[in-house]
Amino acid sequence: MKHWFPAPWLSLALFAAWLLLQGSVAPGHLLLGALAGWLLPVLTAPLRPRAGPLRRPGVLVRLVFTVGLDVVVSAAEVARGVLSGRRRPPRPAFVVIPLELRDPQALAALAVITTIVPGTVWTELAPDRSALLLHVFDLPHEGDFIRHYKERYERPLLEIFE
Amino acid sequence: MTPVADAIVAVLLLGSGLLVLVAAVGLLRLPDFFSRMHAPSIASTLGTWLAALATAIHFTAHQGAPMLSAWLVAVVLSVTAPVTTAFLARASAFRRRAGGDEDAPPPFA
Repeated sequence: MKHWFPAPWLSLALFAAWLLLQGSVAPGHLLLGALAGWLLPVLTAPLRPRAGPLRRPGVLVRLVFTVGLDVVVSAAEVARGVLSGRRRPPRPAFVVIPLELRDPQALAALAVITTIVPGTVWTELAPDRSALLLHVFDLPHEGDFIRHYKERYERPLLEIFE
Repeated sequence: MTPVADAIVAVLLLGSGLLVLVAAVGLLRLPDFFSRMHAPSIASTLGTWLAALATAIHFTAHQGAPMLSAWLVAVVLSVTAPVTTAFLARASAFRRRAGGDEDAPPPFA
């Protein structure tokens, strides 16, 4: 089972994506989608770090909505920063975030979150994964930002992946 | 039903276009490389989401069946964007450190 379906969630996602792209649940597409969902995870298994189980689906759903909301709010803030220009210039800065997260899948998820929320750019991960260097578009208070970032994104990921 | 949907689609697309415009203005006006990296992320996240939502509403209203595949655009963009963003940011950080730039981010020990 583990050998033939190394990543069942990935298989399911690929199957669903195939059907969505085709916009059809005709038997032929079900078959091709099942083939893609089975074959691609098997072929790419050596490239992926070993996946642990996903815990706390409720936390995962809440995290998705938190990030969605943050994207909207931060996009508005960055847009205001761009347009206000010289009157009230943003205060860009680098921030080092100490990390408790170690799981590679969870760090990948954190990279996705950091990238899609405007105003934060993932710059560098420490070689031992103990800290993360971010560039922040507007940073009024470093301590508040670090607390906010860890509380809002890292803690849910810790609950889900570790 | 369709005129209401068309109005919503128009508002969403206008919003998406405005966000892309702001992103472009940011790219022109912001002072340094790292600040400029933030501007296009408005367009590639919220801008794309509004366009995807508009697409979904338009085709759902006109074809009568829910159309969800536009969301795949948002999902695939979200998953792939970190690769290029981290590459660019890291390359720039290395260049600054190598060039002895005083604005360079501190290296990890």
